[in-house]
Amino acid sequence: MNTPFNFRLTKFPNEAEILRHEVREFLSDALKDIPKETRAETWYGADENFSRKVGQKGWIGLNWPKEYGGAGRSSMERYVILEEMLTAGAPVGAHWISDRQSGPLIIRYGSEKHQKELLPGILKGESYFCIGMSEPDSGSDLAALRTKAEKKGNIYLVNGTKLWTSGAHRCQYMIALFKTSQEEDRHGGFSQFIVDLSLPGVTIRPIIDLAGRHHFNEVIFEDVEVPEDMLIGTEGNGWNQVTAELALERSGPERYLSSYILLQELVNEFSNKNDDEGVIEIGRQMSHLTTLRQMSVSVAGMLDQGENPALEASVVKDLGAVFEQELPNIAHRLMGLEPDSNGTDFQRYLAILTQISPSFSLRGGTREILRGIIARGLGLR
Amino acid sequence: MISETSQLLSDSVEKIFSDHVTKDCIISAEKGEWPENLWNEVLNNGLNLVLVPENLGGVGGTWFDAGILFKAIGRYQAPIPLAENIVAGYLLGLGGITCPENSIITILEGELELNDNKISGISNRTPFGNHSTHGVAIINNNNKSKLALVPILDSSISDDKNIALESRNNIEFRDVEALNIVNVDFNSDFILKIGALMRSCQIAGGLESLLNQSVRYANERIQFGRPIAKFQAIQQELAVLATHVAASGVAADYASSSMDNGGDELAIASAKSRVDDAISVCASIAHQVHGAIGFTYEHGLHFSTRRLWSWRAEYGSGTYWAKILGEKAVSNGANNFWPSITSGKI
Repeated sequence: MNTPFNFRLTKFPNEAEILRHEVREFLSDALKDIPKETRAETWYGADENFSRKVGQKGWIGLNWPKEYGGAGRSSMERYVILEEMLTAGAPVGAHWISDRQSGPLIIRYGSEKHQKELLPGILKGESYFCIGMSEPDSGSDLAALRTKAEKKGNIYLVNGTKLWTSGAHRCQYMIALFKTSQEEDRHGGFSQFIVDLSLPGVTIRPIIDLAGRHHFNEVIFEDVEVPEDMLIGTEGNGWNQVTAELALERSGPERYLSSYILLQELVNEFSNKNDDEGVIEIGRQMSHLTTLRQMSVSVAGMLDQGENPALEASVVKDLGAVFEQELPNIAHRLMGLEPDSNGTDFQRYLAILTQISPSFSLRGGTREILRGIIARGLGLR
Repeated sequence: MISETSQLLSDSVEKIFSDHVTKDCIISAEKGEWPENLWNEVLNNGLNLVLVPENLGGVGGTWFDAGILFKAIGRYQAPIPLAENIVAGYLLGLGGITCPENSIITILEGELELNDNKISGISNRTPFGNHSTHGVAIINNNNKSKLALVPILDSSISDDKNIALESRNNIEFRDVEALNIVNVDFNSDFILKIGALMRSCQIAGGLESLLNQSVRYANERIQFGRPIAKFQAIQQELAVLATHVAASGVAADYASSSMDNGGDELAIASAKSRVDDAISVCASIAHQVHGAIGFTYEHGLHFSTRRLWSWRAEYGSGTYWAKILGEKAVSNGANNFWPSITSGKI
């Protein structure tokens, strides 16, 4: 080993390339009436009708084992669906989290009851999950979270607040990390729960982001009685379970394709101009995109082999965020157009992506946290 | 999974370079000495013949195998023309020409012309030209390009070097009789392309050595009572360096393996452009972390950085290849943009 990283090139199997054509065909029809802004939002955009259509195609839970209702296909095939949907600007936000991590978590740690009751709705594209991790005093320092779940008879009594919860207002369930006991180890005493968001005592309040959109929420728990059988996995093992989810969360194509549409639009803009600066910049960004894709696909391949590419996933997410955050600036530099929500298609894409780009290096682990993980992998800490 | 040939090559190049490419070896090569022992070990293990077909006495390996060797050259800063000999062997193999015994072959580029079987003109900044016995050239001749193997000994050779003190000689040929000439169905642009692949892999290896040296130094150097590696400012910088090193390794591997799958320009152009961007970031961080000592000749960091700064301009800079990518993308149009990325063909 010459570096601590283990990126190996991974090829898409033939089935995946066949699937790619099916997905392109499906999208050319399914996206006809989707507005431009929604397309620029990619996985921030949500459309329940669209999610149901994807579920009908059997494209949610594609790589889950058949015994759980999945299609039992490879992560590589799932990857094709994701990257085709993202580059086409499909509004995948409603089912994204449940397909990516809630479903796999339920398969891995859930009881038979969880699996029987919850997986079918996810697979149909009708049942949506959000992630309850961050809290008002617990952002990057996740272990500082304080929301308590106290065992009282056959229920857990939950009190506290989750913050920055994406999409909670359109989800039926939250997979939440709560404190179930005080331990000396600051990573101890956490447990994961599946919380039905319609339970009495749950209040979901919108937090409007800088672009005026309702995406985030504050979710308040006041004496919420969560049935004891909604604890998922092992009591006290929450930290390990959450950590295992992160490789799934950090390496996918959504970590570098968020601003993809701008690059494609730049290709369009410079098709009729004789402008070397623009052409060279497009080429440079292509080289970054091509490389990031190979890196991300490599991580998908490792996940398929049952490896734990947590370090590689952090590398992909950090580089991916730099790439997708830079594209709005590059588009500005080359075109000099004002971002305008009522302007041309290009200006509308630019308006939305310029405004949401700061979140790219915050969501799913901040840049500084990821670089800390990489530094640990290098043996620096 | 890595093939058996790849593993064998990887093991043997690591063994040879870790035994022979010492700091003294590099320093004496920079003074103009030829590293005879190192070169003989390379030849004894047939590393120069990795891309020569088996029926011509070679290893019959893949470009991915060659990429492993190119990266090792960069990682160890091996001061020998192994990469150039591998590429020359490949070109000769395409022409069905056997590499001459005990030869050191370089790649010729420049305004060269053929009259009958005689070559004339100047090959510019020829890598390791003064150490080479032969050169291989592709000479564009209207629609029929020719590949020629030419002896170098009798020609006039300049004593130029790049800033890494590797020979980059201008060689003047005056009616030098070629040993072999064959018709080929590609022109001299092909040399630019495989040269870019070769240097991209070497650069990826060179960047790995920047990372390894910087991590080692940060763990050893004590300031304010602790190793500087313990400071978050240093950790964050080295993490950035590492991400670009990882990306460069993948870009280089993708380019090598794409040569094994038809050789579309997308992956090779992407690699050269990507690693060029990486050099700017990585060399700066590596030197910053090393402080003043890394700026001295005594410390070895510059063996990597000076090579990287030279190699990035050879066989087309990152900008040159980015322009090729961009031109093709805009001429194919926006609707074909994503399909070209997924198919690896532009």
